[in-house]
Amino acid sequence: MKQKFNIITSTCVPLPLENVDTDQIIPARFLKATTREEKFFGDNLFRDWRYNADGTLNESFVLNNPTYSGCILVAGKNFGSGSSREHAAWAIAGYGFRVVISSFFADIHKNNELNNFVLPVVVSETFLSELFDTIAKDPKMEVEVDLPRQMVTNKATGRSEHFDINGYKKHCLMQGLDDIDFLVQNKDKTEAWEQANK
Amino acid sequence: MNTLFDKIWDQHVVQQIPDGPTQLYIDRLYCHEVTSPQAFDGMRARGLKCFRPQQIFCMPDHNTPTHDQDKPIEDPVSKKQVDTLAKNAAEFGLTHYGMMSKDNGIIHVVGPEKGLSLPGMTIVCGDSHTSTHGAMGTVAFGIGTSEVEMVMASQCILQQKPKSMRITINGTLGKGVTAKDVALYLMAQLTTSGATGYFVEYAGPVVKALSMEGRLTLCNLSIEMGARGGFIAPDETTFDYIKGREYAPKGEAWDKAVAYWKTLKSGDDAVFDKELCFDAADIEPRITYGSNPGMGIGITETIPTEGGVGFEKSLNYMQFKSGQQLLGTKVDYVFLGACTNGRIEDFRAFASLVKGRHKADDVVAWLVPGSWAVDKQIREEGLDKVLAEAGFEIRQPGCSACLAMNDDKIPAGKLSVSTSNRNFEGRQGPGARTILASPLTAAAAAVTGVITDPRTLL
Repeated sequence: MKQKFNIITSTCVPLPLENVDTDQIIPARFLKATTREEKFFGDNLFRDWRYNADGTLNESFVLNNPTYSGCILVAGKNFGSGSSREHAAWAIAGYGFRVVISSFFADIHKNNELNNFVLPVVVSETFLSELFDTIAKDPKMEVEVDLPRQMVTNKATGRSEHFDINGYKKHCLMQGLDDIDFLVQNKDKTEAWEQANK
Repeated sequence: MNTLFDKIWDQHVVQQIPDGPTQLYIDRLYCHEVTSPQAFDGMRARGLKCFRPQQIFCMPDHNTPTHDQDKPIEDPVSKKQVDTLAKNAAEFGLTHYGMMSKDNGIIHVVGPEKGLSLPGMTIVCGDSHTSTHGAMGTVAFGIGTSEVEMVMASQCILQQKPKSMRITINGTLGKGVTAKDVALYLMAQLTTSGATGYFVEYAGPVVKALSMEGRLTLCNLSIEMGARGGFIAPDETTFDYIKGREYAPKGEAWDKAVAYWKTLKSGDDAVFDKELCFDAADIEPRITYGSNPGMGIGITETIPTEGGVGFEKSLNYMQFKSGQQLLGTKVDYVFLGACTNGRIEDFRAFASLVKGRHKADDVVAWLVPGSWAVDKQIREEGLDKVLAEAGFEIRQPGCSACLAMNDDKIPAGKLSVSTSNRNFEGRQGPGARTILASPLTAAAAAVTGVITDPRTLL
């Protein structure tokens, strides 16, 4: 779960669909687990796209295509819309993705990724569409995600873009710290707020 | 600046982290069985107790069967999740409304009806439809499980302050047009990401005229435009609804509370990051045709001839064609319920339309009250008899076919007209095809067996 983030260079798995909702990332019937076993959720990532109704592999789906691999998922805009289920982020992390690149993320899902040490990288539409094109031409091309410099680079074309992340969260990701550690340390401030707002 | 959202948010700021999020104080945390077990596990692993257990309320709703709730849940995995919530609530000293308790129901129905969700509060739950409570004049939003754990541990959450948007709806709603249709209209106008990054204040004459139930429906669907939350400034309608409820302030405390609640409105000089205005005259009963809630049309309109990336994939899934009109399309299932439309007014609307008519023979109808309190009121008002005479039975409360975590699954390929909130692929069961609509439109489909404009039956 908690892991330190620095520079990641990897081939990509392309998912050029828009509005990929969390019901597709992990269907509701897999939300009945009472533990956070990433392998279970990873195994069921995009379950109904990965498998046909009869349980056989859907060979046309990108995760089943051996041409594509890597720990960077590249998706169309509005990735992660819908339900707040963190299971979607667990599934993405459990499958082995460390970075998701898209031109737009749904709010709750974006936070859920960050809280699970998966880095959502927001890029421009131009960068994204060029990236899809380059992956299609050469599935072995790599992308570099440099968190310290907040730069994402398409290594096939050399195009780089700066991405946003607040200083606090960047520090947490690079140090492998989470928000609960911070909040528990700041209980005195919470008690002071309660006193002032009785 | 000086919006109601700013007022409530700013009042709850514990600290602003430099180049980081805000530490925001949370008045209420609601927990259901699906998004809480891993948070409780995390608390145990860290050796923590809940910081303010009296501000946390738990109830199972997603897995609960809608029949024979007095018997053990048949699905062992569902049973384990429901039992785990009860155990965790007991271990951490939290209020728990178990299945079959008269207090149980869908968390977003129960919160307002017990007077737990009060104007000016900050409310969170591991559920995107937490925005529902915004109808009470609260800042309420859905969070992930790690964030649930944050609130358990500290009664606070770290969040970036969203931008503010005001959506004003002018005019008067036509006959047969409901809050659900307004929301479906807004989603089609804004798309499912049009309000991402924003908190929405709903305003204008249409919103002002809505009942509390209608307001809860409207705010419930804020997330379907991408908004983190949506709310309505509290007014007399809100105060009348709250008065006398179990957790509502009483006596002197009530007068003091109302005096404060009356100050909860955006200033005349309020500046929103975005303002949108719509006219009720443009809104007719609405239905969806695709596989996201933004893919909707007026019930008499035809499916658009083009859409964005995924449009064709979506129509293929739904087995519809671009340019097609859906009126007259055969319907297999009708679902009335969910945190969107499982309240008493929704049952009144449904019953008013089916009264004196009969359920179409080949339609399966599931009518699921949002809570036991709604169920009780249905019976007190005699709606159960009206519904029974028309061939409908009332099931037991829960989220049910909205997301089909219990046995209420729409079979693959079947077409469902549903009052729930999402028509995503497989949402109501693998392969299920969902059309979102109001309780009136659902009732019209249930008695005719086909997609029908409810205005022709009123």
